[in-house]
Amino acid sequence: MSSLRYLALNGSLGTGFKETSLQRALDGPLDFIAADSGSTDGGPFYLGTGEWIWAREAYERDLRLGLLAARQAGVPLIIGSCGGGGGDAAVDGYVDLVRDIVRGAGIAVRVATIHCEPDREWLAGKYRAGDLRELRGAPTIDEQTFRAPGHIVAMAGAEPIQEAIDAGADVVLAGRTSDAALFAAIPLSRGFDAGAVWNAAKIIECGSAAAENRSGQDCLACTFDDEGFVLEPLDPALRCTPRSVAAHTLYETADPYKLVQPSGTLDARDATYTALDERRTRVVGGTFTPAAEYTAKLEGAAPVGFLSSFWGSTRDPMILAQLDTWIESLTAHTRQRLASAFGENAYDLRITVYGANATTGEPMEAVPREAVLSFDVLAPTQEAASAMARAAYHVALHWPIKEWSGSITTFAHPYSRPVIDRGPVYRFTLNHALVLDETERRSVFLVNLQDVR
Amino acid sequence: MTPALTPAVTTPLPAATSEGLEHIRRNFRLIRSKDAGPFMLTLDLFFADAEVHEAFRSSGVLAAAVIAQLYGVAADEVDSYDMAEIAAMKLSFPRKVVSGDFGDTDITGGQQYAVLIEYLAALEYGSDGRPT
Repeated sequence: MSSLRYLALNGSLGTGFKETSLQRALDGPLDFIAADSGSTDGGPFYLGTGEWIWAREAYERDLRLGLLAARQAGVPLIIGSCGGGGGDAAVDGYVDLVRDIVRGAGIAVRVATIHCEPDREWLAGKYRAGDLRELRGAPTIDEQTFRAPGHIVAMAGAEPIQEAIDAGADVVLAGRTSDAALFAAIPLSRGFDAGAVWNAAKIIECGSAAAENRSGQDCLACTFDDEGFVLEPLDPALRCTPRSVAAHTLYETADPYKLVQPSGTLDARDATYTALDERRTRVVGGTFTPAAEYTAKLEGAAPVGFLSSFWGSTRDPMILAQLDTWIESLTAHTRQRLASAFGENAYDLRITVYGANATTGEPMEAVPREAVLSFDVLAPTQEAASAMARAAYHVALHWPIKEWSGSITTFAHPYSRPVIDRGPVYRFTLNHALVLDETERRSVFLVNLQDVR
Repeated sequence: MTPALTPAVTTPLPAATSEGLEHIRRNFRLIRSKDAGPFMLTLDLFFADAEVHEAFRSSGVLAAAVIAQLYGVAADEVDSYDMAEIAAMKLSFPRKVVSGDFGDTDITGGQQYAVLIEYLAALEYGSDGRPT
């Protein structure tokens, strides 16, 4: 069997990598370049709105360097989960980015787009037909879940990417896609062992995160041989050691060994890690078991309202000593005030004490010397949230304690104006696997080709 | 729109003392938390070496039931993995507040390990530096 070498630009397109690392990767043979562009780390906002996580300039820089390197090597560039949430509009937005890049460079490329937002009524039908499987921690859903505003994406596996590559794509721009599938598609097509392929893909999808002494995002190369694969950072200062590679398999995954894909499940429990030299680690092992039914994970984000917030710091020991009861009475009074000024509006009010128990919610035994009080008002419109937050601000700023007999000011705030309108708030609505037959799979993950010049 | 509070222990843990933190420094290379998708939280503990790993594992101080109590979830919801080859342990369980829901104060789950640090810092340690 021939060998194969590929490159991960970084763990998240738009977060940068060293140009020297990319150039060094081009010194050796190369079969493709890929990068994941998605994340749910920042919460449901990005999927819900379709807004891109990083700035257009940040994506453009990484995409341009990656694309020009791929063209120089004459190999495909594969980008998944465009924009962060992986919605259809971001895929189209990345086509525009690619157009700007190839025009600037005076070249032409064949671009394959893979859209990942299934038709909502069709999804509701699949739900009725019992073709959705609850994943762990899945929220309760009903048919209306599929009719809510916001976005629902299905996570593509390796198959649509293979289709795009087979059709001759120079650049693949995919909506929501399994991070690992970006790196597994071509090696699977070339006939490498599925266990090793998925194990490598799972490790490399975070770029240089699998390397020791990493100081920022950077490229990582993977070279396949007959039995296993070798991981090598392109920055000479970085090292992939058996320990750093094995340790990386734990990162932000509930199960360190298993990786569920649409077509089956990787179990990496049998993997072994051997140092090839100081900077390269060879991995052998990984077992892939094909699934009985093909499934695509669904992700959804729907709006819950608009948020307005303000915060200030309290330093008065007399207030801090009775903070719980002060907040309790303040909350009750604020609700009365909001009802009298705005009627029986639907809203949610939340007061969080930073410097005490805000981060973990665990009870505190000591009174803090200073605390930040954060006030959030969630309402159906931005105007309503803002109006109520401004009213709540005035109540809170002067809410008394019994020890002080005159009018008081209870917290310090640094900003004028103190109330900030934070825009729409979304929530994740789905954590389900969608069962697909081959025809459905091809229609959900529609591959389209276009020449961009 | 009535979110539950972020999960936590039911009784206050004392703030970590410098002595407690010294035990942590000696026994651990890294303790961290992170979301594993929006619906799960995962804790990673990298021990100083295989011996330390075994001491903590066999002592039961990091048993699933203990983690469940610390984080306010049911014991059978906690998945525990021992990775002897790299002297590490992983503990995963569903988040009580889904990432980004109104009322969530740690969207990435990145600071939830603090509870574990305070718990570990408050443990009794023997003269060999291992938990007793």
